[in-house]
Amino acid sequence: MNLTGTKITLHDMCLRDGMHPKQHQISLAQMVAVASALDAAGVPLIEVTHGDGLGGASVNYGFPAHSDEEYLRAVIPKLKRARVSALLLPGIGTVEHLKLAYECGVATVRVATHCTEADVSEQHIAGSRQLGLDTVGFLMMAHMVTPEELARQGKLMESYGANCIYCTDSAGYMLPEDVTARVSALRSSLRPDTEIGFHGHHNMAMGIANSLAAIEAGARRIDGSAAGLGAGAGNTPLEVFNAVAHRMGIQTGVDVFKLMDVAEDLVVPMMDHPIRIDRDALILGYAGVYSSFLLFAKRAGAKYGVPSADILVELGRLKTVGGQEDMIEDLAINMARARARA
Amino acid sequence: MEKIKAALIGSGNIGTDLMYKALRSRWLRPVWMVGIDAASDGLARAREQGLSTTAEGVDGLLPHLERDGIRIAFDATSAYVHPENARKLAARGVVVIDLTPAAIGPYCVPPVNLAAHVGKGAMNVNMVSCGGQATIPIVAAVARVQPVSYAEIVATVASRSAGPGTRKNIDEFTRTTASGIEKVGGARRGKAIIILNPAEPPLIMRDTVHCITEEAPDEARIRASIEAMIAEVQKYVPGYTLKNGPVFDGKRVSTYLEVAGLGDYLPKYAGNLDIMTAAALRTAELIAEEMGAGAFTPATRAS
Repeated sequence: MNLTGTKITLHDMCLRDGMHPKQHQISLAQMVAVASALDAAGVPLIEVTHGDGLGGASVNYGFPAHSDEEYLRAVIPKLKRARVSALLLPGIGTVEHLKLAYECGVATVRVATHCTEADVSEQHIAGSRQLGLDTVGFLMMAHMVTPEELARQGKLMESYGANCIYCTDSAGYMLPEDVTARVSALRSSLRPDTEIGFHGHHNMAMGIANSLAAIEAGARRIDGSAAGLGAGAGNTPLEVFNAVAHRMGIQTGVDVFKLMDVAEDLVVPMMDHPIRIDRDALILGYAGVYSSFLLFAKRAGAKYGVPSADILVELGRLKTVGGQEDMIEDLAINMARARARA
Repeated sequence: MEKIKAALIGSGNIGTDLMYKALRSRWLRPVWMVGIDAASDGLARAREQGLSTTAEGVDGLLPHLERDGIRIAFDATSAYVHPENARKLAARGVVVIDLTPAAIGPYCVPPVNLAAHVGKGAMNVNMVSCGGQATIPIVAAVARVQPVSYAEIVATVASRSAGPGTRKNIDEFTRTTASGIEKVGGARRGKAIIILNPAEPPLIMRDTVHCITEEAPDEARIRASIEAMIAEVQKYVPGYTLKNGPVFDGKRVSTYLEVAGLGDYLPKYAGNLDIMTAAALRTAELIAEEMGAGAFTPATRAS
């Protein structure tokens, strides 16, 4: 694979996807410290919001330590070069949340839908574009559809005004050939000036390999997370990917050693539990389950006396999609009842 | 009593399902269906059932209102189109049951506040949203026992049951439902989440209702209140079922529901359509009954 000279944009997730393993309890001081250090390392784009995006504060997904507005207003003024993005899932967040993020100084809005439901994003993508923001269409659980269907959905988002479309491996299910097929399909059907991005989860330890496959197929934005802090077994570990990229001559503009320091000295000490491929995280990747379900399944499993691994397998069999956290307690009760009868 | 004549505005999933239910009504007779696409399946089915149709939008209906004696119209278009439709119809004395999330008129969730609409003469009544119809009764069932500081609902519907109107209106859905949770459900603060799931075979509409009570929940009374409320909803949506709960966890009271439809137009999984159309019909029937008895006096709006 020769990617020498390819310029890409790294996008850090540890202050948004990393909110999942932190149960949305990252403090303002931690947010500011990590974001400032990422900025100093040269990371150009940093995502900051509730793990489930703007408006995610809820019983269903968890109430955060601070509101999106408080996080954004704390972080954005402290950054010298890096810009901040916000995630928004239509059905959870609204255009009002988007406007609030804009007023806080967000530069990028990423509008996320399940990979077959792009047409719920029209209001939000158009709204973001009208505000002049860098606007990304983020197609989640992209392993669940064919490359051709993913490209059709990407074209819809492009038609609403998105200037970048993501192939998002929310379950960490994809293998490199799956990424190649999907990113290639997006690249050949979208306009040449529409960027393509890839968001990986490390549940099958494929974060780095998949991101490289994505670049080879035409992706130019790559998501990762310092120390991998993210849902499931975490995101593509950004400091590792950056080091690999440097060895391969891929231009990220991010300092290899400074980013390692952010991961090791700031992010690892924040972790409530090690971000690693434990049995449940591996099942997420193997069975194709939304990574944020991990801790919910562990908690429901403990409460109702059902193995969390069994809950996750069942969530995969039922073809649940991102956001269906409310299914988990319901399902655990059903499974406990079935066991009591057996 | 002679049935009150009604028009259906919108020939999509909701309008068509509503037509089949209205054809069975003792109080109403649907006589017109309005669409914007002459080739739509809904309009073809309406003609099959002997309704007059137009593909010219609400303007195609206006010249016929008086001659055909239409007194009630159901608007199942979109939140963007509804205000204009409502204005034109109200100007001609037609009461509008609004099934879009536009929410110009007062909300009606029949098992909670239908009785409160009696004698009010409202010219526009709003049905909140499918998720609202499915969940607000449960919020109200908890709130009538003790104060609810916060209520949150998650409505999960099959992708196939969410038409283009719903998809374009997704923000209006969350806003209107949240507002209905507060105004009709009685929670101090409301939040609504909607999820579309494309699984095949399609999943039956699922609704989760989380209430946070101000004080420790009175479990026995809340359980009884929820069960009574579910029986009320089942009178017009037989497939409204408690799957699990109420689960009590500190001040959190969580109820897990499933809503299967009657399968009048879309298959039974689309309980989100049924609960909306059944609630709208029940509301319209109440107004029709008042009209039939000569007891409906339009409320005059302060201008």
